[in-house]
Amino acid sequence: MALDTVSIAAQTPDQEQPFAALGLKPDEYQRIREILGRRPSSSELAMYSVMWSEHCSYKSSKVHLKQFREKAPHSDALLVGIGENAGVVDVGQGYAVTFKIESHNHPSFVEPYQGAATGVGGIVRDILTMGARPIAVMDPLRFGPADAPDTRRVLPGIVAGIGGYGNCLGLPNIGGEIVFDETYAGNPLVNALCVGVMRHDQIKLAKASGAGNLVVLFGAQTGGDGIGGVSVLASETFGSTGPAKRPSVQVGDPFTEKVLIECSLEIFAEDLVVGIQDLGGAGLSCATSELASGGSGGMRVELDTVPLRDPSLSPEEILMSESQERMCAIVEPGKIARFLEICKKWDVTVNVIGEVTDGDRLIITWHGETIVDVPPRTVAHEGPVYTLPLAKPEYVDRVNAQVLDLPMPQSAHEVKAAIIKLISSPNMADKSWVTSQYDKYVQGNTIQSQPEDSGMIRIDESTHLGVAISTDANASWSYLNPYEGAKLALAEAARNIATAGAKPLAVTNCLNFGSPEDPGVMWQFAETVRGLADGCLEMGLPVTGGNVSFYNQTGDVAILPTPVIGVLGVIQDVRSRTPMSFTDAGLELYLIGETTNVLAGSEWAYMHNQRGGQSPIADLQREIRLIELLLEGQSIFAAAHDLSQGGLAVSIAEMVLHNNIGATISLDQEIGIALLSETPGRVIAAISPDHAGELISMARKYDLAITKLGTTGGTSLTVNDAVIPLDELRTAYTQTIPKLFG
Amino acid sequence: MMAKIVVEVMLKPEILDPQGKAVAAALPRLGFTFATSVRQGKRFEIEVVGDPTTEQLAEVSRAAETLLANPVIETFVVKVEK
Amino acid sequence: MKVGVVTFPGSLDDRDAARAVRAGGSEAIALWHDDADLHGVDAVILPGGFSYGDYLRCGAISRFAPVMGSIIEKANAGMPVLGICNGFQILCESHLLPGALTQNQGLHFLCTPQKIKVENISTPWTSNFTEGLEIVIPLKNGEGSFQCDDETLAMLEGESRVIARYVGINPNGSRNLIAGISNARGNVVGLMPHPEHAIDPLTGPSADGLPFFTSILNAMVGK
Repeated sequence: MALDTVSIAAQTPDQEQPFAALGLKPDEYQRIREILGRRPSSSELAMYSVMWSEHCSYKSSKVHLKQFREKAPHSDALLVGIGENAGVVDVGQGYAVTFKIESHNHPSFVEPYQGAATGVGGIVRDILTMGARPIAVMDPLRFGPADAPDTRRVLPGIVAGIGGYGNCLGLPNIGGEIVFDETYAGNPLVNALCVGVMRHDQIKLAKASGAGNLVVLFGAQTGGDGIGGVSVLASETFGSTGPAKRPSVQVGDPFTEKVLIECSLEIFAEDLVVGIQDLGGAGLSCATSELASGGSGGMRVELDTVPLRDPSLSPEEILMSESQERMCAIVEPGKIARFLEICKKWDVTVNVIGEVTDGDRLIITWHGETIVDVPPRTVAHEGPVYTLPLAKPEYVDRVNAQVLDLPMPQSAHEVKAAIIKLISSPNMADKSWVTSQYDKYVQGNTIQSQPEDSGMIRIDESTHLGVAISTDANASWSYLNPYEGAKLALAEAARNIATAGAKPLAVTNCLNFGSPEDPGVMWQFAETVRGLADGCLEMGLPVTGGNVSFYNQTGDVAILPTPVIGVLGVIQDVRSRTPMSFTDAGLELYLIGETTNVLAGSEWAYMHNQRGGQSPIADLQREIRLIELLLEGQSIFAAAHDLSQGGLAVSIAEMVLHNNIGATISLDQEIGIALLSETPGRVIAAISPDHAGELISMARKYDLAITKLGTTGGTSLTVNDAVIPLDELRTAYTQTIPKLFG
Repeated sequence: MMAKIVVEVMLKPEILDPQGKAVAAALPRLGFTFATSVRQGKRFEIEVVGDPTTEQLAEVSRAAETLLANPVIETFVVKVEK
Repeated sequence: MKVGVVTFPGSLDDRDAARAVRAGGSEAIALWHDDADLHGVDAVILPGGFSYGDYLRCGAISRFAPVMGSIIEKANAGMPVLGICNGFQILCESHLLPGALTQNQGLHFLCTPQKIKVENISTPWTSNFTEGLEIVIPLKNGEGSFQCDDETLAMLEGESRVIARYVGINPNGSRNLIAGISNARGNVVGLMPHPEHAIDPLTGPSADGLPFFTSILNAMVGK
């Protein structure tokens, strides 16, 4: 079958091309023709179509996301900001930490195990490619109702996939969330976060510079994974003799990635690469065009030198392949021998596939014929940018005006029932059935993991320096007010870092939304980004990178806007961290922060099918003061736990169950509000009586409300007159999830 | 058509097969009621040049005993399929 | 005292085992799967992980590594060898220990702090325990169910070669709740749970695992 080369393309300007089937709009196709001065070859068309897709180019979100750069707060800690594979933050003592969160939503709905597994694989490679050793993973997951048949189909597979891949890589899973909500029925959200650590001088960037330097592909062989769409071209070129089926689900091999990690780290340690990029979405198309754009601008690749698992692949298919566990490095000729030796030691497939050139074109050949000749920046960075129409949806004012009519517990019996009802609900119940499928001990540096407020990893064994990470989102609030919802999620994640005594440093985000072609969704998105950017500026926390996942919807119905915010912080000595719960009786319990009537968007309201009302307004100055108190108070706290979904009821229940030590608390204000309200910016602290005075002074110093709740001890949770034996509370807490999924 | 040597490996009958049990439990949930028991095993397809010789089959048996199967908990069968 | 820790492709807990060796007072020597030279070590640890991705069967491919030839030879001559998790699986596959590890009865990977009872303190890896001591160390695997025929089981029990046993509910379906065994001579020990992750309450459920790594020092005293 005829290969469609650049010279043929130049000679056949009127040949029809299936640009629409590849997802390109007519004006986008026209623009490609203008850039090249001719029609694109089929390989070039394939490259542009995938690199200009929403997923790769961010064409609908860029105009909003630029606020993260424009409103970026000054931060001494930021070493690498937005634009690279992952952000990098200075945590002191010469260490740099890189972290990022990404989504793999749609693949996980199609094939739960592999979708989730390859999601982990992809984010780990993003961290590795920055030059870091990956040290931990976290996975915020969102599903439809817990008892829905489709949830039973996807959840076990997704959890098994995350465990299967992450455990085999030797990465402790230190946190995440599991949330059940009708809004995610048909659109589960699988967001994967990875953290890595390196020394400052080990940071690697994705740039191909130095004419004559070699372009080297290493890792797994290339097969037909994930090329579904581009088969249109294959059939164009090969007609009816082409292969009948191409696997569109990417299949991961964590063993290959594990040896790739060790091989890469040895290569980095010997300083053998000038630049490096991992191959994720859009595979080689992305890696070559991004590396070339990031460097001097010129690259030449001989596509027929790519090691193949399937020799029948066409050049278009090779360019589009999303085969996992592959990296692309730029290596000086003098260092290639050693590079190849290390790959051989680890039995990693490797081949030199091209070189950096003097010009400013990316040229790809196939058995000597030029099939791609493009300016790389137009592929990788200068794709279309759209300002899609946005309009505040009519639901907002209507829903905000709704008045809640919720049953509020008053008697001891009702109080006990409310606490049990909350703690046994799928969203609040114990998730050990899930988290025990993840290794949390490997690498021997895990200080905190689920169900603590944040995951914490020690990064230096002699100085005990550590980092903490938390991910949070509140779709109920984002639905009511996307601007405030973003700020509130940011505040919650930062607060979760601070309760343990770590200082928040930087932010990553995974923005899960419906279709950008829906002006209402676009409005939610724009408001969310505006809120997050404003919030980050006010809190002095730069956004270092993140991910946008659009099109999470079934038919016309989009998911509730779900921006997942990840905050990373540093702690000087992990030994001095504040645990989430107390290990002694006789301590005093205090609630820091004022409780007001915030039931709109609460777990209690959700459980009663009422999603209306007004979200709280974020008070970030007060949140900042609370964080400062938590950091200053580290040495006097016995324990500190954040309040969020489920309010005081859930937080105090979690605390007493954690170490099986009860508590007796009395609540003076209206008990329903006190127990169930979700006013942001509150923490329960346990403190020895000798230090209580200091805590109260500190609260005054930081202008924060403080209320004594009661004392620790005993074998029950007692709230005013309601007495719940710990055994009963534990049974309610631990039975739900195994019953549903075990 | 190239013949191939096939090695089928099964857990010994006395060894617990949790995967087989899980499959057996899942079948009736899908409306399949024919099975009284299900056990899960592995199948290796080995291609050689030309038709398999008796020597090759003997070698495959040795390979099965040493690598493809764990004789402590598994049994195997070697056969030729066209 | 030099304790070698082997790295196979896919080993995960090798650096953690080395850390535990150092915490126990010995020098940790990194051994590479492809290198038959044991570099003069006095004892060897086969660490946990997913060597060769657990392809074919856990440990089935690792057992043929060049380093294993030397280890088998030295083990038969009395060198102490400790196989943890995947290491235990490799010891069974290479027939230094009887039986086999199969898939967890519950079908899931299970990571949990597990109570076990140390029953045999006459091995070089357990001499610093008191007999019958109950300890809590992490169990984390998908294929941890110890299986063997009745004859082997009778031999192991009869000769007191069960060095550790699960306490409470059987976490994975192992026969007789067996968590660890030794060879006849007592120098080769396989243990399913991970003592290297219980050397410091800061990073694990306890420091109960440390005696596995201090006991080995006593083995040198006799030499």
